[in-house]
Amino acid sequence: MRKWLAVIFLILLGFFMAKITSSFPFGKEKWGVSKHYVDRGIEENRGSNLVTSIVVNYRGFDTLGEVTVLFLAATALAFLLSTCRCRRRYERREASLIVKTASETLYPLLILFGAYIFIHGHLTPGGGFQGGTVIASAVMLMLLAHFTFHPNHRALSTVEGLAGITFVLIGFAGLIWGGSFLANNIIPLGQWNRLFSAGVIPLIYVAVGFKVGSELSGLITDMINTTKEE
Amino acid sequence: MILEYFMLFLLFLMLGLAIYAVETKDLLAAVVAAGFVSLVASIVYLYLQAPDVAMTEAAIGAGLTTLIFIIAIRKTERYEK
Repeated sequence: MRKWLAVIFLILLGFFMAKITSSFPFGKEKWGVSKHYVDRGIEENRGSNLVTSIVVNYRGFDTLGEVTVLFLAATALAFLLSTCRCRRRYERREASLIVKTASETLYPLLILFGAYIFIHGHLTPGGGFQGGTVIASAVMLMLLAHFTFHPNHRALSTVEGLAGITFVLIGFAGLIWGGSFLANNIIPLGQWNRLFSAGVIPLIYVAVGFKVGSELSGLITDMINTTKEE
Repeated sequence: MILEYFMLFLLFLMLGLAIYAVETKDLLAAVVAAGFVSLVASIVYLYLQAPDVAMTEAAIGAGLTTLIFIIAIRKTERYEK
């Protein structure tokens, strides 16, 4: 009975969602604030990736909130894991030679690729979150393939804290010299489509990249290494 | 036109994989199927001209989430009772 009620509810929900969204003009005309972003975003921020301009500059305060939420989630998970009495269910086996060699070859390349993504966040698709995640997955690859690989936890949390403080300080610099929090007129904007352009946007995205990368790496290290040795 | 049929195929593939992930008793297979759903979703995002979202979906949905679930399975049990 409850199952069927759930199915009926889902069908009704889907029907009404489809009805509502079908009445929106999808990608046809823009008005209000989105029209301003599309028409004047590149002129105002000189970043060739408009998505980054919106995420880091116009909606920069939301991104700061997102980074804070990620930090809180990581802290809560670390706390939960420290009280966990998890035991290993499966015997940990040595990874094969192919996996080990491949992971050693891929590790620096993945770190480089992640850094490339967040340094070029204002030019090409991607940014701090994507680049940081790629770096964290590189660390995870090494952790899964090698027993002896232990990232320096203290260094990771120091980098994470410094990156978070950098983001907030850039915001306050905008408040003091630019007129509003995260204002993008404190350093020269430069020329469109160059690496050194778009004012503070690349600086913020590099900070976000470092923060997300070190945060997720630390989190994964915690998760893999909390299992008690017997 | 052929691209639209391909997208339709991808969407039904996502639907099938999602149903498989819910129904199967082997949790490892379920996690891999869920990761595959994210991978296909990132292709669909790319077709909808949202490369930023596609990269996030591929890196987080297909990469990190899958591996975190695998760590969780290693610490608990593989088969649903």
